[in-house]
Amino acid sequence: MGKVKKKVKVIRIDTDKCNGCRACEMICSAFHASDKYSVINPSRSRIRMIREPMRDVYLPVYAGEYTAAECMGRDKYVVDGKEYEECAFCRASCPSRDAFKEPDSGLPLKCDMCEDDPEQEEPLCVKWCLADALTYEEREEEVEEEVILEEMETGLKSLIDKYGLDDLIDSIARMSRKE
Amino acid sequence: MRYAETGYNLEIDLSSGNIEKVETDPAITALHLGGLGTNAKILWDTVPPEADPFSPENRLIFGTGLLCGTPAVGANRTIVTTYSPQTLLMAYSMMGGFWAPELKHAGYDKVILSGKSPSLVYLWINNDKVELRDASHLQGKGTVETEALIREELQEPNAQVMSIGLAGENRIYYSSIEHSRSSASRGGMGAVMGDKKVKAIAVRGTKDLNIARPVEFIEHCNDVLNYIQWRADNPVQHVPPILAGLGSPQEMAIHDEQWHTTAFSWGNARYRRKDFWTEEVEKEWSEIQDGAVQRLISCYNCPMKCGAIIAYPTLELSKYMMKCYSKLTYVMGAMADNLEFGFRIAGLAQGYGVDAYTAPQVMAFAVELYEQGILTDQDLPEFPPDNEGRFFYLLEKIVRREGIGDVLANGVYWAAREIGNGAEAYDSNTIKKHEQIPIKLGMLNPIFFLMLSTGEKINITQIEGQLPQAPFPDREDREEFVKDWIQAPSDTIKEFFLNWELRGDNAFPFYPDFQTACELVEWQETMHYIDDSTGICAGLSSFPIKPPYHINNLPGLISAATGLDIDRDELWNKIVRRNRSLMRAINSRRGLRRSDDKPPQDHWKKRFPEHEAKLLDEYYKFKGWNNDGIPTKESLEELGLGYVGEDLEKRGIYNNGQSEEKS
Repeated sequence: MGKVKKKVKVIRIDTDKCNGCRACEMICSAFHASDKYSVINPSRSRIRMIREPMRDVYLPVYAGEYTAAECMGRDKYVVDGKEYEECAFCRASCPSRDAFKEPDSGLPLKCDMCEDDPEQEEPLCVKWCLADALTYEEREEEVEEEVILEEMETGLKSLIDKYGLDDLIDSIARMSRKE
Repeated sequence: MRYAETGYNLEIDLSSGNIEKVETDPAITALHLGGLGTNAKILWDTVPPEADPFSPENRLIFGTGLLCGTPAVGANRTIVTTYSPQTLLMAYSMMGGFWAPELKHAGYDKVILSGKSPSLVYLWINNDKVELRDASHLQGKGTVETEALIREELQEPNAQVMSIGLAGENRIYYSSIEHSRSSASRGGMGAVMGDKKVKAIAVRGTKDLNIARPVEFIEHCNDVLNYIQWRADNPVQHVPPILAGLGSPQEMAIHDEQWHTTAFSWGNARYRRKDFWTEEVEKEWSEIQDGAVQRLISCYNCPMKCGAIIAYPTLELSKYMMKCYSKLTYVMGAMADNLEFGFRIAGLAQGYGVDAYTAPQVMAFAVELYEQGILTDQDLPEFPPDNEGRFFYLLEKIVRREGIGDVLANGVYWAAREIGNGAEAYDSNTIKKHEQIPIKLGMLNPIFFLMLSTGEKINITQIEGQLPQAPFPDREDREEFVKDWIQAPSDTIKEFFLNWELRGDNAFPFYPDFQTACELVEWQETMHYIDDSTGICAGLSSFPIKPPYHINNLPGLISAATGLDIDRDELWNKIVRRNRSLMRAINSRRGLRRSDDKPPQDHWKKRFPEHEAKLLDEYYKFKGWNNDGIPTKESLEELGLGYVGEDLEKRGIYNNGQSEEKS
């Protein structure tokens, strides 16, 4: 397979510049309301401020992949003399915490860089961060060309990962006999 | 569905412990908006005018602004309203921070406290679950510590907490309610909270807030955001640096304090030090400030960095959050030329929860009485020889109501009368029993005369605003200024500014004409009344020159968020005038009269009693008030406040006014 160019969207997070105003959370929830901007609720936001003024901790974190299982261990980081739970930097919507889940349904949330039609110039959390703690960049990376899996194949692949190919073939064979 | 507001208040009777979630009437929102407007309506309707501020009948109302929690930039203010123990009038004090949006997301627009708790408690609002919890273990704790302890004990790091310190618990008349980097400091809110034995209110909310016309509303918000960005790159010309930008004066970021230190008075509002600010001082103070400020911080959904985390090696309190001007009030009150002292004592005072405007002035007053021999070593045993030491000494006495501290705890006005022996003469900087910003100037300013005299907040910064404080000397510069003055309400006001001169016919005190003076005052005051109802911070709206929010864009913004159709006429001439006259009527009912409407006695050297009397006459007429400053029955009727006029009549308020006038 050959190399292809891929656009990577990057939000640069400069925690030193964060003023802790939570506009990022607010506007994220507004943008992702089913009727755009009609509902505000920071607890639905795909970005979260970890904000502890007295320890000078100001850390915006984005929602990433959903994970069914929590980590076996929890580490602690000390950066510039300030201690952070490892979870502080983690993007996962996971069973160990409430963050990055819809408050009523519990469904996982994930940052989509404010995908929109027509496209937004930059994610809205970046636009609303006049402190420039959040800035947006795009860069191109050369990556190995990979076969793009269709939706059904993606689903089947996760089932193979979980149950093994043999069990999956058996199940499909059994189901097709019933019909 | 309700838009921008939740449609529910939380009413708590502390005497019985009864907690109720009460649905509000949307028609009241249409008449009074929210925040201060609806707070005033509740106070009028539910608290008898004869109620003692320290009685179970008095209410302490925490109202969120109508736009708090929406994307409206800087809409985060909580408006606290009650009868003040110091002025005995209606007082309202506001704070930014994060509490109001959190309360909205918990599902409430207001928290209304009545009665008195038998023991010290705190209130915990977690969405639908609301409870009063024992706070005996928090008694005497500082405000910063209390916030942290409550979050820890609730295991809710995202709870927003407001609290009182020792000063509030001991009902110091100028005790504050502190929250995050903000506080409701004026008028003794903390004292009423302490009297009700409520140490703190913690809130956590995860509910939705709805916007009526979302696409239209977000466009308004984007315009505001863009204008803020543009203004950051284009400061206003021909004014001191501290007034050139948006926000509260940027005390934490800016080092240049020439304007405050040379224009404002030091000591007991006595001395102007026009030569204070030198290169040397600037260098020393800049170093101290850079060493103290750890990070510039903001309130909810606001890019302005008006506050800071202060972490200074010599601090008694390891860390706290400071807001704008408190950095200078203690320094100037103590005549201490040392900024480090300011950072040290402000942290301590904030932990105790006292108003950083009033407290240093009370202390400066006490020091002056001591120097004049009116207070003696008997009153002040072991009084330190240096002013910095004296201020620390007095702070400790006051917050504990120890010895003379018990007298000084009631503020300059009451203390002067209790001390007697000529002390009254040193009460030179209060209006309506409330300490004012210490400014002493030369020539009477007719606009500020009206604002200082008649403002119901009894605080100049809550009525002044968008008009530059002095004329620009060059006409060319004035023409330049007017060109993009989109915030101006009318051509008359632009014309006034274009022709306004430092000297000659078009200078103070006889310029502008009465009508224009009234219009200028009402316009600036109206902006504050809008902000105090919407919860938008004055720092982005009514206070700075050329702000992003103004009379010409706010009606559209409020309409899109709420779904109410409010045009400029409705907003200014109906809603704001209604709220303004209602508040005046509340205070008329509590005894406020024309004789109370005056500036601090020596605010200006050059006074013009006849002209001043005429100014008041004209302003009252302009407002629809009688010559004693009481809203007339007819004007109240026009504003849909017929019931208020009837009540004033029934209580004989008008008759008293007339008979006083005759005598």
